[in-house]
Amino acid sequence: MAASHPSAETPTQAPAGPLSFQRMILTLHDYWSAHGCLILQPYDMEMGAGTFHPATTLRALGPDPWNAAFVQPCRRPTDGRYGENPNRLQHYYQYQVILKPSPSDLQELYLGSLAAIGIDFTRHDIRFVEDDWESPTLGAWGLGWEVWCDGMEVTQFTYFQQMGGYDCKPVAGELTYGLERLALYLQNKDSVYDLAFNDAGVSYGDVFLENEREMSKWNFEVADTERLFDLFRKATAECENCLEAKLPIPAYEQAIKASHVFNLLQARGVISVAERQAYMGRVRDLAKGACAAYMEKNADGWQARFPGWAA
Amino acid sequence: MADFLLELRSEEIPARMQDKARDDLARLFAAELAKSGLHTDAIVTFATPRRLALIARDLPLATAAVSEETKGPKTSAPPQALEGFLRKTGLTREQLVERDGVFFAVVERAGRATAEVLAEAIPAVIRAFPWPKSMRWGAASLSTESIRWVRPLQGIVALFDEGIVPCEMAGVTSGAQTVGHRFHHPGVITIGSASDYVEKLHACHVIVDQDERRQIIALGATMAARKAGLELVRDEGLLTENAGLTEWPVPLLGRFDEAFLAVPPEVIQLTARVNQKYFVCRDMSGNLANAFVCTANIDAVDGGEKIVEGNQKVLAARLSDAKFFYETDLKVPLADQAAKLDRIVFHEKLGTVADKVERVAKLAEWLASEGIVPSCDPALARRAAELCKADLVTGMVGEFPELQGLMGGYYAAAQGEPAAVAEAIRDHYKPVGQGDDVPTAPLTVAVSLADKLDSVAQFFAAGLKPSGSKDPFALRRAALGIAALVLTNKLRMPLYAATITAIGSLPDAGSTEILDFLIDRLKVQQREAGVRHDLIDAVFALGGEDDLVRLLARVHALQAFVGTEDGANLLAGYKRAANILKKEGFAGSDVATDYTLEPAEAALVAALDAAEPASADAVAREDFEAAMAALAMLRAPIDTFFESVIVNDPDPAKRTARLALLARVRGAVHGVADFSRIEG
Repeated sequence: MAASHPSAETPTQAPAGPLSFQRMILTLHDYWSAHGCLILQPYDMEMGAGTFHPATTLRALGPDPWNAAFVQPCRRPTDGRYGENPNRLQHYYQYQVILKPSPSDLQELYLGSLAAIGIDFTRHDIRFVEDDWESPTLGAWGLGWEVWCDGMEVTQFTYFQQMGGYDCKPVAGELTYGLERLALYLQNKDSVYDLAFNDAGVSYGDVFLENEREMSKWNFEVADTERLFDLFRKATAECENCLEAKLPIPAYEQAIKASHVFNLLQARGVISVAERQAYMGRVRDLAKGACAAYMEKNADGWQARFPGWAA
Repeated sequence: MADFLLELRSEEIPARMQDKARDDLARLFAAELAKSGLHTDAIVTFATPRRLALIARDLPLATAAVSEETKGPKTSAPPQALEGFLRKTGLTREQLVERDGVFFAVVERAGRATAEVLAEAIPAVIRAFPWPKSMRWGAASLSTESIRWVRPLQGIVALFDEGIVPCEMAGVTSGAQTVGHRFHHPGVITIGSASDYVEKLHACHVIVDQDERRQIIALGATMAARKAGLELVRDEGLLTENAGLTEWPVPLLGRFDEAFLAVPPEVIQLTARVNQKYFVCRDMSGNLANAFVCTANIDAVDGGEKIVEGNQKVLAARLSDAKFFYETDLKVPLADQAAKLDRIVFHEKLGTVADKVERVAKLAEWLASEGIVPSCDPALARRAAELCKADLVTGMVGEFPELQGLMGGYYAAAQGEPAAVAEAIRDHYKPVGQGDDVPTAPLTVAVSLADKLDSVAQFFAAGLKPSGSKDPFALRRAALGIAALVLTNKLRMPLYAATITAIGSLPDAGSTEILDFLIDRLKVQQREAGVRHDLIDAVFALGGEDDLVRLLARVHALQAFVGTEDGANLLAGYKRAANILKKEGFAGSDVATDYTLEPAEAALVAALDAAEPASADAVAREDFEAAMAALAMLRAPIDTFFESVIVNDPDPAKRTARLALLARVRGAVHGVADFSRIEG
């Protein structure tokens, strides 16, 4: 049944049974590498979703082809549960694949990756359920689905239509796998902390449980809000500074930083409903400003390489 | 004659768009054919998540030849006119036809092969397709001019009889090949013609007919529940949605831990339906059972064992979230939750939700203490109102906003509030629309009415009125709710005083505007019950009538009366009298008469003498049937009066006296309703 889908190069000496967390990641790396993707490393900044990685946001702009896959740690301070909830964490991993322009067999490629990590389509029910994606912060939207495996959302599948307020020309396909969810599924575990991280007895809890406890406490109770407000101000000011110097990439980094500090302030509960919109608007303007600067900086080169192309 | 098959295959089409897409496909296709003079009554359409298909039967093989005639100038017209016509048509003088002194240009168009027409129609249909949301994709999207479709278009099957109709769209070339089920039969299959399309796909695990899939799900889900000794809770919306998510639907029954049944059943049903698209089941005593039915899209080799296991796990995670919210919320007294409402802005001009709650509490208390809502304890009304919005800050309502009210009711009951208070909190949003249950429990009525009165009065007072199609604060719905509450419970509420209390200030022009708005909604609400809007106007126009119950009782009596012969004739007589008075500009009042009354005149005076007090007395008793009966006494004397008495007498004294008599008739009728507002 799955024979028509591309299969991964199987690493030698794979242990029997479901893939460990790290082997699942390595398998996805192998798979997407074999299908022409650059395998990037996580971006070294805190961000709320893999889409914020410049390899997605900025590279979705402009006509140059771009195929990349990477793991991105995501920080969502308000989702922290002090390590007490089996499914909710303030720090977790997304696996991102971005393919520009979107290939015509993107769904088949994606299904091939599921087959590679061990999902058997003769026993499991895979569905593409409408779910349009929108990020007001990035001025971005796209159409696509959440992919269900036996009723569980395992991937967000999006065709970007706009980024930073600009039409995507061409459109990029973005796959965002929820790695912990997939692993829970493959390993048939109920708690993320019980996942086998490797094949030598180290669990996800061994690596991250204490981290969740301490970070939840800091996010919700300890973080000094005055210093956070100050950080927000500094990041936004620095972003403006970069924009004036026509440096879109550093400007974008400062926008990401401001966004994360805002999320921390939210977790500390010190931003009122009324102020919330204003803060979000500020971050959105910075991110869009960075995208605009990126477009401007690259326009000449793009037009030279793609005659007739215009933003 | 031959049949045409079109299949537009794409990546998964959202379930909610499929029905309309079928209609659009049939409509656009028929319109394209009509342009070439082709018609067919036999178009069927199909939709699955991955394909949109159309079969048009009995199309002719070619379109008929047509001769198009264009009328030109008269043969006698100046030469410039003829030259202009020749330029326009591109013909020469010799090619024109003369008939009855007029030039005609005749163009013969040969018939065209239908296949050719179809080849042009397909791209035109695709280009014009009105998807609610569409997208660009792939290499072609380097330009924003690239074709848009609901999701990437993957294939076109276009067969006229057994021949391929050649066309190309978005890099996709038409052919005879499609694919079967994504997992059961991912390979290519070749369709022979429209006649084997449905069967061939069926053999490859695709049921193209959405209605058939719907039936399979309905039957399969019912049977799965029955096998477990349960009864399926039918849900038409879910049936359609699941049919739109599957090409080979297989309903499967799963279970969840009985401990979750401690969570209110509405919560379980909602999370199962909205988040997971599952049906729920009842046990034989009618209680929600710890079972659900999901609809898989494959016939799994293990009979669905793994699929059920996975779905059970997902639902368990969702339910444990819900249970967590429920248990956490239960620990916080609603009064403490209500204290947090001052953090939520209700509207920038109207303060926070806490401000609104305080206004509603005051108003509910007033409705009870004034006896407007009978048998209602003012203190309890205040208490229920103070807590009615508290669930907005609970975890559960944060997760499922649809459960507002309902959860507050559960929490209030669990925290020991009186049953009537819990019920009032639960149902105070009702009635939500026409046809929704209208509360009747006094406490619920008081809170619900106060909530809606506050919204209408406050938004109006702030100048935020509905206009045209814009009603962002759903004030029309609130007004309908007010009318339904008042009428269902026969509340004797002076609406004017109530709105002033709701605004919390002295009367101004705004309060009459609110009254007009409410009466307007009353007309809409009563239209369904067959009550004439002009009769409502006729009673309302008297002024001072802002008691909806009394107003409507009077309208009902009036409607019955104008339907009788007496009523119709009295209305005619009234209109005649009113027209004369208007024409004469008569504004005088009753005058003494010192001439001998004509018999008909005297009879009318006598009738008025009897009818006036009888009708006034009946109105005071709110016996509007009797008031109408009193008016009916006037009908015959008025008719006779107009037949035998000349109003416009040469003697000014007689004329004035008779006009005054007509004014008396008008006045008597107005004691019951303003008949000038009555149409017809």
